[in-house]
Amino acid sequence: MSISVQQLSKNYGNQKAVDEISFEASPGKILGFLGPNGAGKSTTMKMLTCYLPQTSGKAFVCGFDISNDSLQVRKNIGYLPESNPLYHDMYVKEFLYFVGNTYHLQNLKTKVEEVILATGLEKEQHKKIGQLSKGYKQRVGLAQAIIHDPKVLILDEPTSGLDPNQLIEIRKLIKELGKTKTVILSTHIMQEVEAICDEVIIINKGKIVANNSLKGLLAEHQETSLEPIFVKLTK
Amino acid sequence: MLTIFKKEFYSYLNSFVAYITIGLFLVVLGLFLWVFPDTSILEYGYASLDSLFNTVPYLFMFLIPAITMRSLAEEKKEGTFELLATRPLTDWDIVLGKYLAALTLVLFALIPTLIYYISVYQLGVTVGNIDTGAVIGSYIGLFLLGGAFVAIGIFSSSLTKNQIIAFAIAVFLCFFAFSGFESASQVLSLQKFDNVLINLGINEHYQSISRGVLDSRDLIYFLSFIALFLLITKTILGGRKW
Repeated sequence: MSISVQQLSKNYGNQKAVDEISFEASPGKILGFLGPNGAGKSTTMKMLTCYLPQTSGKAFVCGFDISNDSLQVRKNIGYLPESNPLYHDMYVKEFLYFVGNTYHLQNLKTKVEEVILATGLEKEQHKKIGQLSKGYKQRVGLAQAIIHDPKVLILDEPTSGLDPNQLIEIRKLIKELGKTKTVILSTHIMQEVEAICDEVIIINKGKIVANNSLKGLLAEHQETSLEPIFVKLTK
Repeated sequence: MLTIFKKEFYSYLNSFVAYITIGLFLVVLGLFLWVFPDTSILEYGYASLDSLFNTVPYLFMFLIPAITMRSLAEEKKEGTFELLATRPLTDWDIVLGKYLAALTLVLFALIPTLIYYISVYQLGVTVGNIDTGAVIGSYIGLFLLGGAFVAIGIFSSSLTKNQIIAFAIAVFLCFFAFSGFESASQVLSLQKFDNVLINLGINEHYQSISRGVLDSRDLIYFLSFIALFLLITKTILGGRKW
């Protein structure tokens, strides 16, 4: 198991954003993390990436405790945050070099070239990030998440704001990455989950309401698509 | 830490912040030292750089907050702090990298002023008739003062997402730390503690180093001043409350 979450909770004041959730994720599978807005998806991801400290509970990434071994955890995770924050006055290549340096990567030049190729940024690589369209910014966000070849990828709404062509390409890329890595991605698009995810977790008001394989979930509720299941569970 | 340092330093150089602030600093300083009669070295008639060392702290009070105001405030506003914090970097790496980058820029602002030393050195009635020891001491003092102001600036920048607010807080804190304590010690009801208050202020220690005597007490004062502000900054960042 490369991710193991045990009774993880996060409180903001009196409000319970995440309430004792437990789940596991293993390599070679893409885990879709679903839930209405404010359900606690992003908060969970922020805890797993050691950005926010948890209120209680434990979580392990590649065997490392997120609170005690956070540096090791962060080395093994690639993370695309929800709003895809980037340094807009940096050049694409400059930014990727900077990110690579934070991991002390060897052969940085080849790594940067590889990742530019993988995310289809060849034409835009000499531009400033601020000049790129949203879809290309999203690719830069994805590029910085995979540059160090992490074992675990955490993608918070990676396809929001993309046009249909870009959607297909990015999904293809994520699917490709998911063959060898553990991927957790959150999204609001049910078709996306049906297209690329192997496992599904639905979270509502901080609690897990469904945790099953995609097929298992559909069979359990005797439905052919996820949407009615999602609506039923999160109403 | 080196990675952050490089990124910050290049971003100063790429965004013209460096050229504008250093350029303005040198222009204003040049005006004060050679043109405006009240503070002009030529009018003063003595081969001394006192007027430089009295003016620079007040220029630093505005220059340094202008350099540091965006360092953390912008990362917080744009959300890019999340990018940094989820890398294998400690909060200390981030704070120190940013601190040292801004401090290096301040050092770059100071280096060109050595020309004034050479000028005054040559202008002396017998060439070289200047108290070099005091000048060296004063430069060390200025550098430490710059270090303290940068620490204040980084701290202010960690308090808010808004660069203007960060700037205003930093200017006020720099001013107060520099001469506020000394002025406060003259308030009648506080005169019992005047010695303590004066010693809390930066100016007292700055003047002491400027005399050319590097006292360990002054050095410890500056280092602990800087450490204190960086520690608070690190604690604020660790809270992630914004």
